[in-house]
This record gives sequence, structure tokens and C-alpha cells, in this order.
Amino acid sequence: MSLDTVKIDTKEKFIELYEENQDLLKSDSPEYVNKIREKAFGNFQKLGFPNKKNEQYKYTDLNKEFENGYKTYISPKNIRFQVNDIFRCDVPELNTKVILLLNGWYYDRENLIHELPGGALIGSFQKAAELYPELVKRHFAKYADTEKDGMVALNTAFVKDGVFLYVPKGVVIEKPIQIINILMDEEEGLTQHRNLYILEENSQASVVVCDHTLSTPNFLTNSVSEFYIGQNAHFDFSRMQNEHNGSKQVSHLYFQQERNSYVNANTISLHGGLIRNNVNVLLNGEGCENNTYGLYLTDKGQHIDNYVHMDHAYPNCTSNQLFKGVLDDFATGAFNGKVLVRKDAQKTQAFQANNNILLTDDADINTKPQLEIYADDVKCSHGATVGQLDEDALFYLRARGINKKEAKLLLMYAFANDVIKAIQVPALKERIQDLVDKRLRGELSRCNSCQMHCC
Amino acid sequence: MEKDQDKILNEVTQGEYKYGFVTDIEAEAIPKGLNEDIVRMISQKKNEPEFMLEFRLKAFRHWQTMKMPEWAHLKIPKINYQDIIYYSAPKQKAKLESMDDVDPELKETFDKLGIPLDEQKQLAGVAVDAVMDSVSVKTTFKENLAELGIIFCSFSEAVQEHPDLVKKYMGSVVPYTDNYFAALNSAVFSDGSFCYIPKGVRCPMELSTYFRINAANTGQFERTLIVADDDSYVSYLEGCTAPQRDENQLHAAIVEIVAARNAEVKYSTVQNWYPGDKNGNGGIYNFVTKRGKCAGENSKISWTQVETGSAITWKYPSCILLGDNSTGEFYSVAVTNNHQQADTGTKMIHIGKNTKSLIVSKGISAGFSQNSYRGLVKVIKNAKNARNFSQCDSLLLGDKCGAHTFPYIEVDNKNSVVEHEATTSKIGEDQIFYCNQRGIKTEDAIGLIVNGYAKEVLNKLPMEFAVEAQKLLQISLEGSVG
Repeated sequence: MSLDTVKIDTKEKFIELYEENQDLLKSDSPEYVNKIREKAFGNFQKLGFPNKKNEQYKYTDLNKEFENGYKTYISPKNIRFQVNDIFRCDVPELNTKVILLLNGWYYDRENLIHELPGGALIGSFQKAAELYPELVKRHFAKYADTEKDGMVALNTAFVKDGVFLYVPKGVVIEKPIQIINILMDEEEGLTQHRNLYILEENSQASVVVCDHTLSTPNFLTNSVSEFYIGQNAHFDFSRMQNEHNGSKQVSHLYFQQERNSYVNANTISLHGGLIRNNVNVLLNGEGCENNTYGLYLTDKGQHIDNYVHMDHAYPNCTSNQLFKGVLDDFATGAFNGKVLVRKDAQKTQAFQANNNILLTDDADINTKPQLEIYADDVKCSHGATVGQLDEDALFYLRARGINKKEAKLLLMYAFANDVIKAIQVPALKERIQDLVDKRLRGELSRCNSCQMHCC
Repeated sequence: MEKDQDKILNEVTQGEYKYGFVTDIEAEAIPKGLNEDIVRMISQKKNEPEFMLEFRLKAFRHWQTMKMPEWAHLKIPKINYQDIIYYSAPKQKAKLESMDDVDPELKETFDKLGIPLDEQKQLAGVAVDAVMDSVSVKTTFKENLAELGIIFCSFSEAVQEHPDLVKKYMGSVVPYTDNYFAALNSAVFSDGSFCYIPKGVRCPMELSTYFRINAANTGQFERTLIVADDDSYVSYLEGCTAPQRDENQLHAAIVEIVAARNAEVKYSTVQNWYPGDKNGNGGIYNFVTKRGKCAGENSKISWTQVETGSAITWKYPSCILLGDNSTGEFYSVAVTNNHQQADTGTKMIHIGKNTKSLIVSKGISAGFSQNSYRGLVKVIKNAKNARNFSQCDSLLLGDKCGAHTFPYIEVDNKNSVVEHEATTSKIGEDQIFYCNQRGIKTEDAIGLIVNGYAKEVLNKLPMEFAVEAQKLLQISLEGSVG
């Protein structure tokens, strides 16, 4: 079979799957969602899966991943486990609300929407689409573009459930909300959850997302999250990816920031077979600030690809991108960041940096920081480095009686710390510092704080 | 009539493009269009040996299977390849023996351009090979160089007199399959320069080629091949101009450099093709494939370019660092004004051990122009201890233009260090203020600041070129203020 026919087959397979399950997919979604679903399906038929010829996916071939016959969850599967018994992320400040997603479905089927103080809502996306059509209609699929990326189109065509967060005007949620994505099944499965976060004017929230796998089969995730950050809103988003090495994850984050809003987005990738993170930010008003940080620690045959598209559409905005990675064994990595400064976006300040450490000759990194600038009164810079641990620093430490292994760990830890220190939830920062330390020592196979044997 | 018009035009556009005149020289051209017969005709006209015709036909057949690439950050109007004259030569009666035999009109052209074709101008100390409309007109200092064993002649002469060398090296760095324009050039190239520096020879003077497109509707497709044998050194200059015309003309050249063990080649370009008028009409499409191969140990290739002309510039002078300890360097200043577009940069491919590369790129955009740096640094697994540093700065003059940076870095081993840095900013208002205060007009101040900004690159040019380049920078930016 030639390569071409395989590609067509993969795409055809999903088209068939959609057509077969159309009724089921549409049955419990409101009309307006189904309309978008159909349009997205049309786009997917046109776009298919991105291959390596697509400049944005040059270093990650997703076609290959989708060739495997993953089972798609059209409806929630009834897997029960005792949450409280086995799952205790004992970060004291994170006890506000723990939201669980199981294979992309809101776990607590009894209680799909929770009301938080001040009228904020958190719960299942599917339920929210049904209960609050006006709200969801205004934001759903408005930021994630199904016309350009086949993966987003696919997610939108199969949209069912995910997390929904709504913070009304002026409401401040003090304690962070923790969302845990769990993948667990006896067979291989494809999960496509869809999340919608709406922060209205002057609101504030902080969200922590953890990705975990709880059983050994290979999982594939293709998730899309949309964030609407209203005027003067303040949003802090931290994500920890810790799935086993047989899992593949493609995630898309779409941020739309209004005037004077602030977003801090942190992604810590500890484990995962293949990770592709897309972050798209549109600074849609003056005075916005966006900080997008990433840390990736990979070994064995893992592959990680970070893509950032920072769109400065209005003047006086600031953006920072910092991505750091340590690659060991025969891991491969890629970074592709783009800063687009539109014509009238004067007084823009945009910074972008990607630093990598390669520990072996088999590890491989491709980096592509890009600037596209159409305004003249701007301060933009980017930098990328690929290198090793500083020999002089290593010598300095060893001369002071620290053995080679410890000295190396110390330096790597310091290297990673630039990203970790940007995490704004103090308790989480400590937890992640601890995890990274363990990860670098090769001891981490799961979060030691929880009893689940994820990996 | 036409001459008068030219004069008036010249006066009106003074300071914009001073090389925009047309010389009235009878030219021998072949019909428009491109097909196998045309390729055969070019080969026949040049009285080429069989292997050249075969090479051309292979390239042409391959070109027919290719599509024009679209990935560049450029807006290129569709090019009709059948509407171009692929061969145009100034008519010559016989081979020229001395300067007196050169067509006076032609001589005047080069005098206007300030090119020391005249052997009397020994003081200039530059050996020149002048190429007009694809055909080499005159090579100076040939005999002096021959004494040292250096071969410096037109490409067609090399094909006739040194076929073994041409056969050995032509296409060894840029094969005809390389890209769309390389294939096109390989099929229809008419002439160019050839240079061979034998073992252990240090070329005593700068070698220079001057390219000029004169006739209308023609494309210029020349090919330069420089071979530096073991322990040799050569510094090579290239300059180009074209008349002002309303239609766009295509220039698709190939430059190949081979540097053997311990050899060093320095290649400098001041590219000043006609950039089109203020509204973006006319101008040259400059789509050039330039590549050097550091084949031997300790070899070094250095590219220096000052790009001020052309409506569209699309080129990436590259180095393949094959030999251990070899070095590649790339210094570039690219200026775009009005509606010019440039997508230029370099590729450094590290294959040998301990290879080093340095990239310094300065982009300056003004008017409505778009200026992109696009580069690749690739370190393969076996290239132990490879080292690269890249610095790409962009300067924006005006709020209608764009400056973009697209670097690609691919590293495949643990002992290599690769660094990339880029900044984008506008001219500091305090700097201009400082100059104003001291009685320097804003326009001159900008020229001053830009020249300072590009100094790192200009310093790498040979003396005469540096002066010309500085003037060019100033002229290119004229009218970009306010």
C-alpha cells in the first residue's frame, strides 16, 4: 500500500465514523452546536490531518498517529472508581474544587453543573450548552478556527463534553480550581474533549490542569480549549502533562484577551509519548499582557512539539514566551513560536526565548522562533539556544565537593527553575519543583502524592 | 528621441536609481519562449560540447516536472516563462584582442558604471569579468593571472578550454535537481564566470564580475563557478545593475563555490538591480541559488552581501561544511524601500567535526516594503563540536513596512552549541535628535545611523565595494523619511 492511500484511509476512516454516528453525536447537543459541528466536519473533509508538508506541523507527523484504530468515545463509558480513596492530590490550597474528566467526559454524572460563590459556574460543557445556550453560543467555536487546522475541525466535529467555566463580571475566585483529565480503559481510545472558559470583565480565576493516564493501553487525545478573557480580567492557567509513554496528546489552547487583561499560561510536560501543544493567543485590545511559558523534560523515545502563535492586534501590549527543555536518550523536540505584530500595534513589546539542553547524541531538537512585524515602533526580540550544561559551572560545583551526578542535577534544576518560578500558585510551585527534581533524577513515574498508579 | 527621454528620466530620478540607462547596442537575441529547441539553440550558439547539451536537456526535462515554490514570504505575480528571451548577446564581430576593439557604446556603459574595464586603470587593481545580457563581454588581467596558473574567464570559454574542470565541478554543489530556479538556470544559462585557483596560490588581486541586464524582455541566467584548490585563497566580487523598465525582468543565477583543503574563498556581492519605481512598477526578480561547499579540512567560505536592489530578492547563500574544522560565514545587509520585497538569509549545514559558522544579518525596511530573514542551521549527528552563532537584526523605518525573522535550527547531537538572537526595533529618536542638534539633517542622520548599524557587515567588504555600498545604502533610503 502506498503512503498516499494510507493517508486517505485514515481520513476516510474518520469521515465514515462521523457519518455512522451522526445521529448519536447530534442527539443530545443543541441545534446551534450541531450547526457548528456540521461546518467543522465539512472543513475536516477538506483539510484532513496535517502532514509534514504543513509548515506548522513540520516536525510532528500526526497522520501516523491516527492510523492506529483508536476507539472513539461517542458516549460516556461507565467506569467507576472511588475518587476519594485513591486520589488525593494533597496540595492544601487546591481543595476548592476538584473536577474530574474521565476519557474526556465529565465524571460526576449526578451533578453536572456546580455553582460557585458569586454566581460562577463550573461543570460539564455538554450540560452548559444545554442550560446556558446564550452564553455558550456567544463564545463557543468563536476563537478556535476550524478552517485552518484539521485537528481543530476534527475535535469540533466530534464535540461532546469537557469542562465549562464561567466567571461573571467582577467575581474573583480566590482558590485555584483543579481539573484532572484521566484516561482509563482496557482498550486503546481516542479522547476529544472540548473546554470553554469564560471570564467576564474584572473577574479573576486560577486553573490547574493535570493530565494523567490510569491504565496501560495507548491513548490518543485531541483536545481544544477556548478562553475568553474579558476586560481587566486576570487569569492564571497551569497545566501539568504527565501521561505514560504510550499516550499521544495533541492540545489546542485558544486565548482571546480583551483590553487590559492578563494571562499567565504555564505548561509543564513531564511525561508523555507524543505531545503537541498549540497555544494561540489573540491580544484583542490595548494594554494586554500575556506570559506563555513551557518546560519539557523528555527521555526515551518521547517527542514534544510546542507551537505558539502570539497575535498582537492592538497597540501597547506585552507578551513573553519562554520555553525550556532538557532532552535525554533519543527523545526529540521541537519549538515553533511566532510573534505577529499587526500594522497598527505600535508600542508592542514581545519577547520570545527557547533554550534547550541535549544530553545525548541521539536526542534531537528543532527550533523555529519567528517574528513577523508590520509596525515600526516596537521592541521585539527572540532568541534560541541549543547546548549542553556549562562545563565551567560543573567544574565550580565539583571543586566544592559536589559529585558529578549531583552537580549536573543541580544545573539542570536551575535551568528548569526559570519556568517553574513563573507559576503563581505557591503550593503548586512547590509541588512542581519537587516533581521536576524527581523527574530529573529519573525517579518520577507518577505523582508521589497520589495513590494511583498512573504510569 | 529615446536618448533624450532617457536623459530627462535620468535627471528626474536622480538619486533614486542612477544606473537606469539603456545602452544602444545591437544585440543578437533568439525568439521568446522556452522549449527543448530553445535549449538546443542556446547550446548550439555557444558551440558547446555534447556533455553540456546533455546537462541542459536533463535539467530542462526536470524543470518541466517541477512547480514554482510558494513558501516564501513574498507576493510574486505569475511569471510567464514563455514570454522571456533566454539569450541575448551584444553583437560582436570577432574575438576582442584589446580594449580598442570593444564597442565604444559598450565601453561607455561600463565607464558610466565606473567599472575599470580599461587595462590602463591598473591602479584599481581589480580583474574584471563583465557580463552583459548573459554574455561575458571582457575579462581583464587574464594574462597576469595566468602566470600564476589562475584561470579566470567567462564560463563559455571555460567550457571550450577547460572542459574537464567544468565537467568535474559544474553541478557538484548545486545540482540541477536542487530547486525550480536552479533547474531553469541549468537548462538555459548563457554565460557567467569561471575561476580556478591552483594549489597553494594566493590570488594577488580581487576578482570581480559585473553583471548588467541591458536588452528588454530578456532574462539573465548566468552561472558562476569558483574552485579553490588546496591551500589557496581568493576574494571575489560581484556587482549588478539593470536599466529602468516598466516590466519585470527575471534574473535566476547560480553561484557554486568549492573550497578544498585549507582553501579560503571570500565572496562579496553588491546587488543593485533596478528595484522598480516608487509605485512598485517594474524591477528585477532576483531569484538566485548560491552555495559553497567547504569540501576539505580547514577550508573557509565567507559570503558578504549588500542587497539594495531588485523588486523581489529571494536568495540564500549557503555553506555546506563538509570538511572537518571548516568555517562558514555569512554577512548580509538587506535594504528594502518603496514596494520592494526580500526573503533572504542563509543555510549552514554542519557535517564535518569542529565546524563553525557565523551569521550576521541586518535587515532594513522602509516605505511599503517587506523584508524577511529566513535561515537554517542544521547540525547532523556526526558533526561533533559544531558551533554556530546567529545575529539577525531588523530596523524599521516607517509604519507601513514589515520586518520578519524565520530562523530554523535543527541540532542532532549533544556537543554542539547553537545560538540565535534577533531583535526588531526602529531608529532611536534620541539618536536622530542628537544628530539634529549638531546640525545634521534628519535624512543624513538616518543614513549615518543606518551605516553604523550595518557597519559590522560593511567592514567585511573589500575597500572599494565598501564605499560603494555605503553610498548605495544612503541612496536606497532616500525619501524614506517623513
